[in-house]
Amino acid sequence: MELFTPDLGLVFWMFVAFAILLFVLYKWGWPVIIKGIESRADFIDSGVEYAREAKEQLQHAKEESEKYVAEARKQQADMLREADRMKSRIIEEARVAAQEEANKVMDAAKLAIAQERKEAELQFRNEVSSFALDIASKVVRNELADAKAQTKLVDKLLDEMENQN
Amino acid sequence: MMEMRKIAVILTFIFASLIVPVFSGATCVADGTEIEFSPKEIIFEHLGDGYGWEVPFDHHHRIPLPVILFGEDGFHCFMSSKVTGGEVYHDGDASFVIAKEGPYRGKVVQLMADGSEYRPWDISITKNVCELFIACLLVMWSVFAVARWHKREMYKAPRKVRGIIEALIVFIYDGVIKETLGDRSKKFAPYLLTLFFFILYLNLLGLMVIFPGGANLTGNIAVTLVLSIFTFLATNLFGSKHYWKEIFWPDVPLWLKFPLPIMPVIELFGVFTKPAALTIRLFANMMGGHMIVISLTLLIFIFAALGPVVTGVTTAVSVLFSLFMLLIDVLVSFIQAYVFTMLSTMFICFGTEKGHSEAHAHEASDQKQAA
Repeated sequence: MELFTPDLGLVFWMFVAFAILLFVLYKWGWPVIIKGIESRADFIDSGVEYAREAKEQLQHAKEESEKYVAEARKQQADMLREADRMKSRIIEEARVAAQEEANKVMDAAKLAIAQERKEAELQFRNEVSSFALDIASKVVRNELADAKAQTKLVDKLLDEMENQN
Repeated sequence: MMEMRKIAVILTFIFASLIVPVFSGATCVADGTEIEFSPKEIIFEHLGDGYGWEVPFDHHHRIPLPVILFGEDGFHCFMSSKVTGGEVYHDGDASFVIAKEGPYRGKVVQLMADGSEYRPWDISITKNVCELFIACLLVMWSVFAVARWHKREMYKAPRKVRGIIEALIVFIYDGVIKETLGDRSKKFAPYLLTLFFFILYLNLLGLMVIFPGGANLTGNIAVTLVLSIFTFLATNLFGSKHYWKEIFWPDVPLWLKFPLPIMPVIELFGVFTKPAALTIRLFANMMGGHMIVISLTLLIFIFAALGPVVTGVTTAVSVLFSLFMLLIDVLVSFIQAYVFTMLSTMFICFGTEKGHSEAHAHEASDQKQAA
């Protein structure tokens, strides 16, 4: 039964060796490793957290940029539409203005022409009347040289008036 | 293709192992110097201690180790090679010899003037003690290798051997110690981690057949006893008020503890059975494993008398079985180291646990401090 009775020499050396081993490792071995493992775990945790946040931020930024792009696009479309509308409005306005101007010019021209014609007519009438008077006076002067002829003329005129009536 | 080659190699080995004993049996008979074959003795020799250490693959030479004795006439130191051959060594007036019979069989004894044998205090560096030192150095080397790495490289992950060691450290520290002990883990982790590596290395060294290994230390009750004494000390020296109260004044009906202290006696008994269980568990497991492997190997020699065919078959079977057992033992080495560490952690956890009222008081004081 020697297997079941602890050998004192071995117990002694076991105590000594294990106590020394424990002391040395307690002092210089394990604390360093445990601190290292813990700090590395913390480091990895913070790295993971950081990566997660960065990803989130990236996602956020992407969404933001997409939003901006969409907004810009909408603005562009709005602007284009606005420009289009403005263009047509300006054209319309220009056309209206041109029309008006043309009308005005035409009216002025009509007026001027009418004026001219009136004046011309007036002048012509005056001239014609003066000519007529001239001619009439000449004719009358000739005709009224003798009294007979004057009476004959008056008669003739009266006849004519009677016939007319 | 690779599979085929592997199978071919294995088959060759098996056939070779079938043939070898046939020849060796023949030579044994030819020698005519048959020594009485006693399996029990061989088993005990392999499981036990020795003053020298067998040189690998050579049964006749032993590495001499120092023998240190403290008798009535003081210290005696000499190399084991002086006595392992069965000689009597004379150191001054005293003469020493390894006892062949009697209660001190296999140990160095002092031959007294009247012919009686006297066993002095023996603190020799035997095979087991030497193995113990080797294991201590290995544990130290492993731990310092990883510690140096942590000092130098900070956040880099260690590779190769350091990586394996660190994986084990993390496995025990995160999986067992931190989970059980919580905020007390920093205080006890060095002890528990040392314990784990020490047992694991001793277990694995024990499985090696030749020089740097081969001593069956964790299957030796002295070693497991000392280890569980350390756990016992850690549990009881750091025992909390709550722990002691649970032992001497447990939460049971009054008649169970007064006037006859039934429960306290049982609890006190439990204090000692826990380390005892630790001792026996590791010791029995490791010793059992070794014993089975050796017995399987010895089967070959037991059946050798029955002729070459039986020997061949037995050889094949026992080689396969002992190979299987050795592989199981590798697993058992790890499991037993793990179990010992885990149970030690739990005992220490029970021992240092604070009671409910105490914990609350502690929390309250913490909060007060924080405020």
